[in-house]
Amino acid sequence: MILDGKAPTGQVDTSWDRYREDMKLVNPSNKRKYKIIVVGSGLAGGAGAASLGELGYNVDCFCYQDSPRRAHSIGAQGGINAAKNYPSDGDSIYRLFYDTVKGGDFRSREADVWRLAQVSNNIIDQCVAQGVPFARDYAGYLDNRSFGGAQVSRTFYARGQTGQQLLLGAYSALSRQIKNKAVTMHPRTEMLDLVVVDGVAKGITVRNLMTGEIESHWGDAVILATGGYVNVFNLSTNAMGSSVTAIWKAVKKGAYMANPCYTQIHPTCIPVHGEHQSKLTLMSESLRNDGRIWVPKNAADCEKHPSEIPEDARDYYLERKYPSYGNLAPRDISSRSAKEACDADLGVGPGKRGVYLDFKDAIARVSEKTIAERYGNLFDMYEKITDENGYERPMRIYPAPHYNMGGLWVDYECSSNIPGLFVLGEANFSVHGANRLGASALMQGLADGYFVIPYTIAPYLASLKSPGEVREDHPEFKKAAEDVETRTEKLLSIKGKKSVSEIQKELGNVMWENVGMARSKESLENALQLIPEIRDEFWNNVNVTGDSKDLNQQLENAGRVADFLEFAEMLTEDALNREESCGGHFRTEHQTDEGEAMRDDENFSYVAAWEFKGTGVKPELHKEPLKFERIKLAVRSYK
Amino acid sequence: MDLTLHVWRQKGPQDKGKLETYPAKNVSPDMSFLEMLDEINDGLIRQGKDPIAFDHDCREGICGMCSSVVNGRPHGKQEKTTVCQLHMRQYNDGDEIFIEPWRAKAFPVQKDLIVDRTSLDVIMQAGGYVSCHTGGVADANALLIPKPVADYAMDAAECIGCGACIAACPNSSAMLFTSAKVAQLAALPQGKAEARERVQAMSQAILDEGFGNCTNHYECEAACPKGISVKFIAKLNREYLKSMIPTSTIA
Repeated sequence: MILDGKAPTGQVDTSWDRYREDMKLVNPSNKRKYKIIVVGSGLAGGAGAASLGELGYNVDCFCYQDSPRRAHSIGAQGGINAAKNYPSDGDSIYRLFYDTVKGGDFRSREADVWRLAQVSNNIIDQCVAQGVPFARDYAGYLDNRSFGGAQVSRTFYARGQTGQQLLLGAYSALSRQIKNKAVTMHPRTEMLDLVVVDGVAKGITVRNLMTGEIESHWGDAVILATGGYVNVFNLSTNAMGSSVTAIWKAVKKGAYMANPCYTQIHPTCIPVHGEHQSKLTLMSESLRNDGRIWVPKNAADCEKHPSEIPEDARDYYLERKYPSYGNLAPRDISSRSAKEACDADLGVGPGKRGVYLDFKDAIARVSEKTIAERYGNLFDMYEKITDENGYERPMRIYPAPHYNMGGLWVDYECSSNIPGLFVLGEANFSVHGANRLGASALMQGLADGYFVIPYTIAPYLASLKSPGEVREDHPEFKKAAEDVETRTEKLLSIKGKKSVSEIQKELGNVMWENVGMARSKESLENALQLIPEIRDEFWNNVNVTGDSKDLNQQLENAGRVADFLEFAEMLTEDALNREESCGGHFRTEHQTDEGEAMRDDENFSYVAAWEFKGTGVKPELHKEPLKFERIKLAVRSYK
Repeated sequence: MDLTLHVWRQKGPQDKGKLETYPAKNVSPDMSFLEMLDEINDGLIRQGKDPIAFDHDCREGICGMCSSVVNGRPHGKQEKTTVCQLHMRQYNDGDEIFIEPWRAKAFPVQKDLIVDRTSLDVIMQAGGYVSCHTGGVADANALLIPKPVADYAMDAAECIGCGACIAACPNSSAMLFTSAKVAQLAALPQGKAEARERVQAMSQAILDEGFGNCTNHYECEAACPKGISVKFIAKLNREYLKSMIPTSTIA
């Protein structure tokens, strides 16, 4: 089937304005008749729930953490992009749009990206109004820094805690709506099913994580803003509870999964140091503003203390290969280059899977104090984890799974192919194409939550004849709750020999080794062989302790791993289908002589949207062709 | 290294709970404290026992979910560190480690090391915001906020809402937590319009939720993983006092 993204036709520059002029509205006094379910309380979900509550809708918001303030948006450090052009360095909405499409390797929908760039300026205004303490200069004006894939300074930041501060802004707006009783918050609940009645999303089934009770909640619309799935790999920078579960439940109810193989491996993470490790820690890409990345030229030097390696024996490989962008080359390119260096046996640190990020020159240029002001918390964090002082010796970094550009397929209105089901933020696939630029995740989350969904949900709601018609007493809710109970009891009854975390690790290693930074037909087929074997082992030999009607963290994680075991196959199928290299998806068969990604626009300039056909059954591919009218397709070059 | 752990085990909110002892063998100094607990839990699962329940999520010291008192100190002995960022190299072979949940009337224990911190959300809902609607706000550079003011607000805004300050306080006072938000918003021009109502409402919420008052022990600042200063409590008190004085418009 050919999918239609429903982007407004005509000139892209005015598409969002025209959409808003033409859209159907819901009368203010009618808004209170609608109930909207929002799953997730991060930048997209929190901002969306607060804004919809402000408008007068009844909102029920769900999160698995104990408070909406803890969503993993909080982990983002470096900043948020906007086309304000405060530094007068040539930025504009067009440039932010162009950089985002190009950064995504020309695999995103033009109109969606234009809208994102257009509302980016509103986001900064909104956050400042909320009291977000962005960095300022002595005269009181906002400060900017640079990020990868851009030649202008358009990134706003709050020390190294921008995600936290933006989330606390959204949380404050949400708190205000909770107090006003416009939003009802359900912390410590996990969505375990989407309830679809006659092909339309009408509610969700959740597990109360404190009591184990299964609850049903109806809504006239369901919004999923449940973040990313890269915990499908072993050791990512995601929070421990981040999972594919919510969106996978939607896939099993008919929602299409778009471009799942577009996963981002972030170049500046602290390297792995041991078997017992539970997660990897990201350090903001903003460090690449001042840090220089290098490895020794000679493998014999790798064991030496970095201060003993003279300048001319160092290879500042990003500066050498990409002179115009240098250390600020986009993430996919930086990550692959680090891997290449380590594969060539030039890596440093334990296991030789690391490259240096050196601040010596920056400290000499602007002083240690200034560097500490810019990135102090990152240096502290680095020292706590590695026991090394980043001011005195270069940091060691290595790429780690971090973000997914893929996600549920949505049209221009953030609506999935299931009417009534909307998807925001990292959970959808819409704007980042095959690679996301730094400081653009925060931008997208808040754009979707504050400035897109409050508009685009209205036409759908206005089209409903009688809001609140389907309630929890509908048979579909009872069936969904029974299915969840049955599956829960099944997980607890296996009583096998392996722990949930052991199996999660096995799957994660298979995915990292075969479907990670470099993929080939052979490795992908190998993964497709191994994943079902691990899944069988899980359902026959996992040991989930405890009871269902209790706080049971093993059971929570078992459910998430079970979903990853199904989803992993779809991700791999997508990677196998996409016979080209683009952005974060690198197929070793498709590269230039210089090792750069080689796109195939003739055959793969489309969104791959996959329909679930049953566990272990090959999913069905639907295509949404991508059209480029405002910009010309070009080979992505950062040289 | 080999350690002996004494961990608070409590089946549910109604259970009395008690300390259980577990040996921790071959602990690597590079492990985080929670990774050490992961290994203990793997061992308990292998023995068919119930693993230790503890809150955690980001494991990079920013979400504020993790919350254990280690040898009497919230988040353990390392300064400005959450328990997820505490590493085992801080301990020596043969150490005995006592691990307990936050203790405060307003934080009822739910299971083992997990407590209910909803009361912190309630304090925020009382007034921890600027009442601005989405959209329709001024340009971000229309408000000039000089760097020292922005830095002061950011120092306060760093609070991760973990509740260590309350767990550390002999009075279980939530003054540091509340003052961080009050001070951030009172310092910024955006927050000034509602400063009076905010400090009154948030202070009332502290009392309603069952937190104690501040008697200047400064344990909160010592336990805070973000090093939030007690100077913000002084700011809270000043703001509270100011709010008691009638103005010409609110007589």
